[in-house]
Amino acid sequence: MPDTADILRLESLQVHFPIRGGFFDRVLGRPAGAVRAVDGIDLNVGQGEIVALVGESGSGKTTVGRVITKLAQPTGGRLLFEGRDMTSERGSSTLRPYRRRVQMIFQDAYQALNPRHTVFDIVAEPLRSLRLVENHSQLTERVSEALAAAGLNPSGDFFPRFPHELSGGQRQRVVIAGALAVKPELIVADEPVSMLDVSIRAQILQVLVDLRDKHHMALLFITHDLPLAWLIADRIAVLYLGRLVEIGTADQITFNPRHPYTVALRNATPQIRGDADRSKLPALQGEVPSAARVPKGCRFHPRCPLAFDRCKEEEPPALEVGPQHMSACWLTK
Amino acid sequence: MTEPSRSTALLLNVDGLSVDYKLKGLSSRAIDGVSFALRAGEAVALVGESGSGKTTTAMAIAGLLSPNARVSEGEVRYRGERLPINDDVAMRPHRWSETSVVFQGAMNALNPVHRITKQIAEPCILRLGLSRSEATVRARELLELVGIPADRGAAYPHELSGGMRQRVMIAMALACRPSIVIGDEPTTALDVITQAQILKLFGDLRSKLNLALILITHDLSVVAETCDRVMIMYAGRIVEDGTVADVFAQPKHPYTQLLIESIPNPANGKRMIRPIPGDPPNLVNRPSGCAFHSRCPSAMTVCATEVPSLDEVRRGRVACHLHRPLTQEDKVAIHA
Repeated sequence: MPDTADILRLESLQVHFPIRGGFFDRVLGRPAGAVRAVDGIDLNVGQGEIVALVGESGSGKTTVGRVITKLAQPTGGRLLFEGRDMTSERGSSTLRPYRRRVQMIFQDAYQALNPRHTVFDIVAEPLRSLRLVENHSQLTERVSEALAAAGLNPSGDFFPRFPHELSGGQRQRVVIAGALAVKPELIVADEPVSMLDVSIRAQILQVLVDLRDKHHMALLFITHDLPLAWLIADRIAVLYLGRLVEIGTADQITFNPRHPYTVALRNATPQIRGDADRSKLPALQGEVPSAARVPKGCRFHPRCPLAFDRCKEEEPPALEVGPQHMSACWLTK
Repeated sequence: MTEPSRSTALLLNVDGLSVDYKLKGLSSRAIDGVSFALRAGEAVALVGESGSGKTTTAMAIAGLLSPNARVSEGEVRYRGERLPINDDVAMRPHRWSETSVVFQGAMNALNPVHRITKQIAEPCILRLGLSRSEATVRARELLELVGIPADRGAAYPHELSGGMRQRVMIAMALACRPSIVIGDEPTTALDVITQAQILKLFGDLRSKLNLALILITHDLSVVAETCDRVMIMYAGRIVEDGTVADVFAQPKHPYTQLLIESIPNPANGKRMIRPIPGDPPNLVNRPSGCAFHSRCPSAMTVCATEVPSLDEVRRGRVACHLHRPLTQEDKVAIHA
C-alpha cells in the first residue's frame, strides 16, 4: 500500500506556450494567444504509488510528464518533490541530484535509443553523466543489475548488442533499464507499452509493477488506455484539454465514473466481453478542441451530452464525490 | 446511391496461399498455406502480432504486394476467377475497383498539396471514366457518406483532424464501388473516442453498401465490436478461425487463449494479466513444428516436430495438436 507522504505534488500547474502572431498582428498590436497545454492541475503521487494519467492526444498528459522531469518549464503553479519547490530550480548543482531521483521512460524505444551505441553504453550513460560510479567494475555491476531488473537475462549477453539486434520488447526493456540504472524514486512512463505487441505488453507491465513492489518506487503512468490504467494503477487521473476532470482510485474511475467525459471514454473503449455496465449516454461527437481555443465555462461542455446553462458560463471546480474521488462537473454536486 | 441487393454470395476464396519475400538473396516465407473464404457483406478480422503475416495476406488479396514479394503457392479466386496476383499489370482492373484498402497512417497517405475533393475525385476520373465535374459531384457524395460535410472537401489534409483524415481515406477507398474493403489497422493511430466513431462508420457502411470487410488488427478488443468472424494468425499461418462470440468465449488454440488473457479487461475483475513468455518468432529462421511451441504452456513433444494442420472442428477451425488424436508418446509435455 502507498505511504501517506507524497513524493510528488503538482499545485495549480500551468504550461502555456505563447503563439507568435503574424506580421500584421504584431504591427497592429493585436494580442497573440497561447496554447494552454496544461491549465491548472493539482495532482500528488505518494511514495511507492502508481498513478495513471489518462487522456487523449492534446490533453496535455505528455507536457505534465515533461514538466516533472524538468524538460519543460511551467508558466504557473508549483512542482514540489518531497516537499521541496523545484519549479524554478535550474543549474546542474540542484538538477543533477533531482535527475537521479526522477527518471522518464519514453514511448518510442526505436527513437529513444542511440543506434550506434551498445546496450552497455546506453544503460551506462546516465550513471556516467550523473557521476554515480567510481570505477569500471562498479559501472559493470550497476548496468548488469539494471538489465536484470528490466528482465533482460543473462544481462552480460546484451552488453555488446546494438539496438537493431533487439526485438521491440527487448528495446523497450533497455529503455527501462536506462531509467532504472540510477535507482530513481519516481519514474514517469509516457505510454511505455503502446508501441508494443499485446503479448509483450504484459511482460513490460510486470517489470514496472515489480519495481514498485520490490524497490518501493513511485510511478506516474501516462496512457490513453483506460483498461490498462486500471490494471496497473492505484489511482487514475483523467485529463481533458489541460485540466483534470476526474481523479479517484482505479476501481472508482473504472466502475463508477462520475464525470461525463470519463463515462464517454469508458464507453468508447472496445471490450472483449460484457457490455452490461455501459450506461446509456450517447457516443461523443466531434473531437478535442484546440488548446489554443479553450471553450469558455466547462471546457467539455460543447461535447457534453448533459451540458446545461451553467456549464457554458462557469468552470466547475474539483468537487468531492466520495472518499479520494473528485470530479470537476456541476452535475456531481 | 442505389441500394445494392443484399447477397451473401461467395466473393473470395483463398486456397493454400504462400507468399515469399526476397531480401538480399535470402527468401523468407511471410505467409504459409493460408486458406479461407469471404462472403459478400461479411466482416472478418485478421488478428496477429507484427510479423504474423496478416498484412501480407491482405495485400496479396488487394494486389498490393511489394515488388520483392511473390506468391509461390496457392491461389486466390475472386467471384470464381483466379486473380493474377504476381502480374502487376493484369491486377489493375481488380485493384481498388473490386478490393480497396484503408491504410493506417492517413496522415502520410494523403497528398498535402491537393484539396480533399480533388484527391477523392482522382480515382473516379481514372477508374470510372467520369468527367472532372461529375467526379467532383461523386467526391462530395462520398464525403457525405463518410460523415464529412461536403464543403469541407475544399480543405487541405493538414486542416483536418486525424479522425477526419481517416474518414477521407475511407471515402477514397469507396470511390470505385468495391465489394471488399480492407482496413489495415485503420484506427491504431487514433484516440479511443475517435476510434469508436470510425469503427461505427465501418459498421454503418457495411450494412448500407453490403460491403465485405477485412479488418487487420493486433487489438482483439477492436474485433469484438466490429466483426462476425475472427482469424488468428501466428508466424504466417492461421492458427484459429471462428465466430467472434465462439473464439472469445472458448478460445481453442493456446495462443488465442494467452492473447485474450493478456488484454486488461475490467469486466472480468481480474487485476492481473498473464504475459506470453518469449519473443515473437523469427521468420527467416522459422521454428520447427508448430511455430508457437517454444512459447506454448501446453507444448508436447509432437509440437516441436510436426506442423499441425488447420483442421475443421465443431464451429470453426484450429491448428493445434491438442485438438487432434495423438499417440501416447506424442503427448509427453515439454514444459513439465
